[in-house]
Amino acid sequence: MSLELLTYLFVVVSFAIYIFIAFWSRSATTHDFYVAGGGVTPLANGMATAADWMSAASFISLAGVISLSGYDASGYVMGWTGGYVLLALLLAPYLRKFGKFTVPDFVGDRYYSNVARVVAVVCVLFISFTYISGQMRGTGIVFSRFLQVEIETGIMIGMAVVFIYAVLGGMKGITYTQVAQYCVMIFAFNVPALFLTFTMTGHLLPQTGLGATLESGTYVLEHLDGLVEELGFASFTEGSKSSVDIFFITAALMFGTAGLPHVIVRFFTVPRVRDARISAAWALAFIAVLYTSIPAVAAFGRINLIETVNGPEGQGTYYEDMPNWFQKWETAGLIAWYDHNGDGRLQYAAGGAYTGQDERPDFWEVPDDPVSRSMFNSTRPVLNPSDGSFDPEVQPFANELFVDPDIMVLANPEVAGLPNWVIALVAAGAMAAALSTAAGLLLVIATAVSHDLVKKTMRPDITDKQELTIARVAAMVGVLLAGYLGMNPPGYVAAVVAMAFGLACASFFPAIIMGIFYQRMNKYGAISGMLVGLGSTLAYIIYFKFMGGSQEQWLFGISPEGFGAMGMILNFLVAYLVSHLTPPPPIAIQQMVQDIRVPRNQGSAYY
Amino acid sequence: MQQQDLAQRYWRRNQQIIIIYLIIWFLVSYGAGILFVDYLNQYQVFGFKLGYWFANQGSVLAFCMLTVAYALRMNRLDNEFDVHE
Repeated sequence: MSLELLTYLFVVVSFAIYIFIAFWSRSATTHDFYVAGGGVTPLANGMATAADWMSAASFISLAGVISLSGYDASGYVMGWTGGYVLLALLLAPYLRKFGKFTVPDFVGDRYYSNVARVVAVVCVLFISFTYISGQMRGTGIVFSRFLQVEIETGIMIGMAVVFIYAVLGGMKGITYTQVAQYCVMIFAFNVPALFLTFTMTGHLLPQTGLGATLESGTYVLEHLDGLVEELGFASFTEGSKSSVDIFFITAALMFGTAGLPHVIVRFFTVPRVRDARISAAWALAFIAVLYTSIPAVAAFGRINLIETVNGPEGQGTYYEDMPNWFQKWETAGLIAWYDHNGDGRLQYAAGGAYTGQDERPDFWEVPDDPVSRSMFNSTRPVLNPSDGSFDPEVQPFANELFVDPDIMVLANPEVAGLPNWVIALVAAGAMAAALSTAAGLLLVIATAVSHDLVKKTMRPDITDKQELTIARVAAMVGVLLAGYLGMNPPGYVAAVVAMAFGLACASFFPAIIMGIFYQRMNKYGAISGMLVGLGSTLAYIIYFKFMGGSQEQWLFGISPEGFGAMGMILNFLVAYLVSHLTPPPPIAIQQMVQDIRVPRNQGSAYY
Repeated sequence: MQQQDLAQRYWRRNQQIIIIYLIIWFLVSYGAGILFVDYLNQYQVFGFKLGYWFANQGSVLAFCMLTVAYALRMNRLDNEFDVHE
């Protein structure tokens, strides 16, 4: 069977399964729609949380980012897993005990204020929309890469599928769909990873293969360090970023993970407090299966790339001799070559082959005939080649290659020479990763509008049925808006996702932690803290990402990706000071705080 | 009053446990993976520089163990204080 047919088959079958599951477990009440009736087992919830959490970025981009930046990208690995320790220890059990539906519910009730609730709703909507637009874009990109359709068409198909199962199924539907999606994506990621590890090291597990020796007898990482240093890159295992910056990026991602509403809300779906604790452990274990094999895929991918491009003598490879996958991904624009020294061979080393901020090739669409081609030193004409200068002290030749990080996962099966069904499986896995996260976010958006905004703030008198209808309408509007944002992304997707984490870290995490662990915290402190955290982080990111702030102006050398952690510290400080200048919270609220700290229901006054 | 006292003692024990676990959490990630990474990188275990291993593999494994251990420890504490559901 042809690759295209197989890919269609895998994608269509997996979509049919998701829709079938959603139909079978559709929601009838708001309790079902918001928290799956509160009866999900910890194991299923852990799996669903893992799928919810691992987005298109984890599945497609992370291995590539680590591959190209080595140790410098460790913050992603530690940050995106360490957040679950915080969730398990500091948030999940108490929020489960609190026992409502949403994060703004907690903020609004704990800080006895609808202003706090509305601030929380605004944060939720802001975080979720920035994040979901990235997921929609991810779905579109996967479609366009594997099935050769326009990105816009891909986004529309993705919107339709998510819409059907999120709107119909609610939390109950998406929970069981996510369980299926987790299985698809983990299988799809690990099959090529296992093959790759086995062919390169003879080990079966990527986790041990990374520390093993290659056929030549040298250790994988030692070999890789040698390769990249020879080409003028920083050492793979040591990197070049400052410790302060990595520290703050890790912290922002970690605390941001613990503050993301679509993750927190998953812990409302299990029956008991002890289930919330253990399901956080399950979730992390399921995530770790993917996250610990990512660094191995990254290292093997980089070795393969360097050795394929520079050839056995390290002098470069003639374009005609490159394997088929190179041309395929060149057409897709994920890899590009500009022959700076005009020797007809590809060479890969440090430095940008193209100019511009992210050194991406700016392709010039000209007629593909020999005359037009001969005018350019590259197979796809570009408008922005760099000058091709290099320092002969540090590297043997100028870099002639542009490599998009995504290629490390997308091209892996071809590089490893795996059969077509594995490539089709990777497509279905990437789709599962994007859709599961999008559905989780969509649900949070719908809930924030129908429950927190309409039911709790504007019209408390509506019935359960009306509330459910509003939730479905909100999901519908949400999916349309998300699709629109996916087609017209606000700036550059990675920057936008960094923003979602920074904001979650600077706004929710402190408000919830203080709500549980600091009984004296009152509404004035919490609201001012959230506003300061949100405002400062937003301003910093906008200034450096969209208004052209330069690296020299970074505060204490913290990049915009890491500033959320600073915003969080500001939030804590401001909240503490303000709460001490204003009266303590009412007795009933203090009792509620006492109550959520103990698993068994003590029957206190606030219920 | 008796019950409230019990709840407070339970909460204090819980906080102590949380602090111990968070210290470990900090040490394996921010400590071994970032602050002391250069020092630990002098040591090699199999094909890994130790600091690099903590940052890319070890911290994640430690996180998994921490969450499981905390869940089990708290189940025991809940039973000890008879506050389980």
